[in-house]
Amino acid sequence: MRRLLLAGAAVLALGASALLWSTAPERADPAVLEGIAPDPERGAQLFLAAGCASCHAAPDAPPGTRPVLAGGRRLASPFGTFVAPNISPDPQAGIGTWQPIDLFNALKYGTSPEGRHYYPAFPYTSYRHMSPADVVSLFAYLRSLPPDPTPNRPHELPFPFSVRAGLGLWKALFLRGGWVLRDPPDAAAERGRYLVEALGHCGECHTPRNALGGLRRRLWLAGAENPAGAGWVPNITPARLHWSEADLLGYFTTGFTPDYDTVGGSMAEVVENLSRLPEDELRAIIAYLRAVPAVAPTKRQKE
Amino acid sequence: MFGKSAIAATVLGVGLSLAAGVVLAASHGGGPFDAAIKARQAHMQLYAYNLGILGGMAKGAREYDAGLATAAAANLAALSGLNQAGYWPPGSDSFDNDNTAALPALWDNLEDAGRKGAALAEAVSALQEAAGNGLQALQGAIGPVGQACAACHKAYRKPQQ
Repeated sequence: MRRLLLAGAAVLALGASALLWSTAPERADPAVLEGIAPDPERGAQLFLAAGCASCHAAPDAPPGTRPVLAGGRRLASPFGTFVAPNISPDPQAGIGTWQPIDLFNALKYGTSPEGRHYYPAFPYTSYRHMSPADVVSLFAYLRSLPPDPTPNRPHELPFPFSVRAGLGLWKALFLRGGWVLRDPPDAAAERGRYLVEALGHCGECHTPRNALGGLRRRLWLAGAENPAGAGWVPNITPARLHWSEADLLGYFTTGFTPDYDTVGGSMAEVVENLSRLPEDELRAIIAYLRAVPAVAPTKRQKE
Repeated sequence: MFGKSAIAATVLGVGLSLAAGVVLAASHGGGPFDAAIKARQAHMQLYAYNLGILGGMAKGAREYDAGLATAAAANLAALSGLNQAGYWPPGSDSFDNDNTAALPALWDNLEDAGRKGAALAEAVSALQEAAGNGLQALQGAIGPVGQACAACHKAYRKPQQ
C-alpha cells in the first residue's frame, strides 16, 4: 500500500513538473532583432496606435505629448484588480535596464526579463503580432520619455489567480492562432488588420471572453460585457456597425458620434490617441472593420 | 384550496402592479429636480444640434457654408457662456434620480468641472474664429471641442448601458 502511495506521489510530481516545464515562460533568440535600426518617429506613432499611455501613464497625469509612464492605473476584472506597472526609463522603478529583446519577449510571449509570466491584462495576446522592426522602434521611443521613480504596486488578486505559474497553462490554451481575418480583401484592410488585431488590441474589449478569460475568437468584435463595470462594449462587426465612413472618421478624429454625443468610457482615451494618427491609418482601420465577418449580437446583449 | 390560490394570485397581482407603479413613477420623473434635469438636457441638445451643422460640413456630409458655420459656432459660444448654476442643484445626480446620467462625483469636484467648462468655452471660441475661414480651418478646430465635451462626460457622466 505504502509503495503504491509512493508511486502515485512520484507520478503526480512528475506530471506536475512536466506541466510546469511545458508551460514555462518562452523567450526568443536575441538574434531576431539583430541589425534592425530603430525609427523613433515611427516609434511615437506605434506608441499612440498601441495605446500604451492609456494604462501606463499615471492616472492623474495631465495629457501631454511626452507622457510620464509611471504606472499606477487600476484595472478591475472578474479575476481581481491589476495595477499597471511603471514602464518609464527609470533604472530601478521602470524599464531603464531593459534591452530591446526584453520588450520583444514581453510583447510576444508575455515573459518578463526575469523569466516570469505576465498577466494577460497586459494584452500580449494582441501585441504578439507586432513585427520585430516595430518593437525596436517602440523601444527607442519609450527610452526617450522622461524617467519616473514611482515604485510598482502589486496586483490585488485572490488565490488561485495570484499564482503566476498557472498562467503558463492559460497561455497554452489561449495564446495561439494567427490573424482572425485570414484573407484581407485589399492592402488597406491588411494594414487595418495590423492596427486593430495587433497594435490597437481592440478585440481585448470588443470580443467576449470565456469563463477563463480567453477571447472567444469566433465572436470576434461582436461586443462584450464591460470589464470595468456596468453595460456593454458594443458590437463593431458589420452586423451592428452601420456608421458611414465619414461618421467613423469623424468619430476617430473628434470623438463625436453621428448624433453629436461624445465618445464614452475608456474609448475616450482610445480616441485621444487615434485622433493623432495619420488619416490613412484611420481609413485602414475602417476598411478592416468593413471586412471582418458580421456576427449577430448574442441574446444577452441588449444594445 | 381554491380560496388559497385565489388569495395568492390576488396578492401577487397587487404586488406586481405596485412594483410597476414604482417603476413608472421612477422612469417618468415626478421628482423635485425634473425641471432642472430637463433644462440641462435641453442645453445639451442645443449643443448637439449646432455641432451637427458644423460636424456635417467637417466630414463632408453637407456643403461648407461660411455664414451658416459662423452662426452655428456663435450659438455654441453663446451656450457655453450661459450661467448654468441654476440647473445643476445638489442632489440632482444619477444616484437619486433615474432620469439623469450626471454622476454624484460632479458635485464632489465642482472646481474641476468648472475648469472643464472653461476649457470648452476656450475651444468653442477658437472654433468661432475658425468656422468662417474655410473648411480646413473648421475641420481643425472641431476636434478640440469634441475633446472638451468628452473630458467632462468621461469624468462625470454615467456610462450608457
